[in-house]
Amino acid sequence: MTDAQFALAMPSASAVATAAPLAGAPPKMAARKLDFFYNGAQALKNVNFDIAEKRVTALIGPSGCGKSTLLRIFNRIYSIYPKLEARGEVLLDGENILDVKYPLNRLRSKVGMVFQKPVPFPMSIYDNIAYGIRHYEKLSRADMDVRVEEALRQGALWDEAKDKLNQSALGLSGGQQQRLCIARAVALKPEVILLDEPTSALDPIATGKIEQLVAELKDRYTIAIVTHNMQQAARCSDFTAFMYLGELIEFGATEILFTKPTKKQTEDYITGRFG
Amino acid sequence: MSAVAERLYRRRRVINAFNLIVSGFCAIFGLFWLVWILWTTLHHGIAAMKPGLFTQMTPPPGADGGIANALFGSLVMSLMAIAIGTPIGVAAGTYLAEFAKKKAIGEVIRFVNDILLSAPSIVLGLFVYTLVVRQTGHFSGYAGALALALIVLPVVVRTTDEMLQLVPSQMREAALSLGVPQWKVTMQVLYRSALPGIMTGVLLALARISGETAPLLFTALNNQYWTHDLNAPMASVPVVVFQYAMSPYESWQSLAWAGAFVVTVFVLLLSVISRAILLRNKVSND
Repeated sequence: MTDAQFALAMPSASAVATAAPLAGAPPKMAARKLDFFYNGAQALKNVNFDIAEKRVTALIGPSGCGKSTLLRIFNRIYSIYPKLEARGEVLLDGENILDVKYPLNRLRSKVGMVFQKPVPFPMSIYDNIAYGIRHYEKLSRADMDVRVEEALRQGALWDEAKDKLNQSALGLSGGQQQRLCIARAVALKPEVILLDEPTSALDPIATGKIEQLVAELKDRYTIAIVTHNMQQAARCSDFTAFMYLGELIEFGATEILFTKPTKKQTEDYITGRFG
Repeated sequence: MSAVAERLYRRRRVINAFNLIVSGFCAIFGLFWLVWILWTTLHHGIAAMKPGLFTQMTPPPGADGGIANALFGSLVMSLMAIAIGTPIGVAAGTYLAEFAKKKAIGEVIRFVNDILLSAPSIVLGLFVYTLVVRQTGHFSGYAGALALALIVLPVVVRTTDEMLQLVPSQMREAALSLGVPQWKVTMQVLYRSALPGIMTGVLLALARISGETAPLLFTALNNQYWTHDLNAPMASVPVVVFQYAMSPYESWQSLAWAGAFVVTVFVLLLSVISRAILLRNKVSND
């Protein structure tokens, strides 16, 4: 079914999109009546969405549905480009981060992000981790060593990297680079970690390691992950949101969304009838 | 294979062979002159090489001498030009790439910079002549360095701009996502990534000014004697080559060849080094 046919078959798509209950988990971040525009073209329509504290929330949907756009609003990384505009509210612990008075760098220290393509900085493995920490804290060399080790352990990279901390991070494999990026985000002790298709550039083994890592990290951090891969969402998330054409179609506990979806679009997507 | 397909295939082969021969011939034609020029320079230059070249001053006609004062003058003025042009150029290029990317002002600056880039160097020489030499009343090494800096500047602006734009936007996003402010991201992450490219630009600018004659004729002029006073007229290799090559004296002509040889080898080395820097960076990025 093409997108156009799909839209015709589902005339009431815009009527839904209300936040589903999070089954007791308090929301850490929340989008309220969120609209987003690329140069005037609307990419998100009235999205209401919660990210539960210390849970993994997955965003799925076909290409161009707005899931990455939504994720990129949560730490306002979109704002480095001109002519992009978000309207509505995004709350972090009840405070609206879209408010221009909300300090951007404090937001980003609390809400870390890992991208699709691993981008280690052109410096040593050690400095990749220490770079962000140095911006916020003055640590002695010994304290910094401890922090770097801690971050690399949390990124499940310590065993592979401990003997080459001073080598360039560009020499790591793609999967290792991505774990380094996760460790780099974790090193700042953020509260939320946003993962934007973190495994789409990786092979299945590296993907498995990242997924395992996500499962380990959710005890300490609130995680939101955008993924193309439905199995991945089913495997590693507690809540899943299905997006389509800029709207949040269905949102709920992962096992319910994948076994008993209430909307026909969701069912069509997860059974592979389009997307 | 059908007859039509057979015919089309043969036609393609003929066209392919023809184009291959023509383009190959063009490549050889172009290279031929280059090799000839290099060969002439090396041939005459090596013949004119002698130990005194690097220690003795430019001689009067008929006397024995070297080009030590000209080498020193070229070195000092070129390095000074790089020292003036590089920081300004890097700062301007950074502004263009990071802060004025899609703004009208950025496009205007880029356009003006491209004009400066292709401005004839003699115009820049005349400009500095009017601005400095006429005002101070005498030729000077400072004026020469300034004229050369005006050649360095647009090259460095252009390379910095381009090299920073080549840094993937994900790198910016990743660094900014750590909550680090943009100026720090630029200085500490983006420069690191763009450094080999910027260095190559600076080296190529150095290669270019070390052979420039026209801007120095109006600014530093020449000096027969050793001087390290930048406020006085200063000798430089290209100007000495220009003057001695046009002279009727054989000893001067031979020195001109030697000077041309030294400059050629220097430029060649710079090009090889900058290539090596770029290549090494490419390998480590893959």
